[in-house]
Amino acid sequence: MPASPEDRRVAGLAAAALGLTLAEAAIPLPIPGVKPGLANIVTLLVLYRHGWRMAAWVAGLRIVAGALALGQFLTPAFVLSLSGGVMSLLTLAWAMHLPRRWFGPVGLSVLAALAHIGTQLLVVDLWLMPGGSLMALMPLFLTAALITGLGNGLATAHLLRHDAPGQEGSHP
Amino acid sequence: MPSQVKPHVRSLLPGDWLILAAGLALVTGLWLQRTDSLDGRVIIRLEGRPFAEASLRLNRVIQVPGPLGESQVEIRDGRVRVAADPSPRQLCVRQGWIPPGGAAVCLPNRVAVENAASGYDSLNY
Repeated sequence: MPASPEDRRVAGLAAAALGLTLAEAAIPLPIPGVKPGLANIVTLLVLYRHGWRMAAWVAGLRIVAGALALGQFLTPAFVLSLSGGVMSLLTLAWAMHLPRRWFGPVGLSVLAALAHIGTQLLVVDLWLMPGGSLMALMPLFLTAALITGLGNGLATAHLLRHDAPGQEGSHP
Repeated sequence: MPSQVKPHVRSLLPGDWLILAAGLALVTGLWLQRTDSLDGRVIIRLEGRPFAEASLRLNRVIQVPGPLGESQVEIRDGRVRVAADPSPRQLCVRQGWIPPGGAAVCLPNRVAVENAASGYDSLNY
């Protein structure tokens, strides 16, 4: 089956996201479970440039390939990553229909980040560590999500502004 | 749908501020609730069943009616101890102030006092 130009584009973008995932896995972080999630910048960019379907493809490929590369495929870490990814994509599917005049990439990024970590905490609480009173750590994780969501959103907004898309009449 | 709407020039639109503010409010609320709920609880058990739960912050004396008589659990200045107990050997009273995470058990009177101070250490994390 020959690859269409769109397939190639998805693959290239997923590779970029994968690169960010791997790079950030190398950064030592003080709290387990808290990481910047830089690959979501790519997801958001694709969402704005090419729509939700392609963003879902890129994010899904990144999650699976990232888990394979990090040796986490089908482990609990992968399940967490997948559940968080699915939920933030669903959140974005809804949030992208918010009026563009008032809601930009930063808002979407924060919503997606909160949905991501919220889902993960829920999965851990219900499945991995039932009764582990993980909910006590919720404020910590949500604060982190707020900060990383803001940072990634600002980065996305910056890229959207300064990186003219290759197609469609763009203007500075 | 490949939406090619140009993002606005400003990074933060009013709705974004709204989402950020809502998120901040949520997080602040959770932090406040957390310090409230985790900052030292005292759990008193009678005959193995939870009898009372109290905060370490509030100074008070709790009377626990056991089979031998009344045990008195005293909470003062963020500490807790069994102040009086009818048990013959007074082991739980002589134990003194209960350290965070520790417990005093007055076995003859079937009373157990646990200082369930917070403490998320790496072990139970």
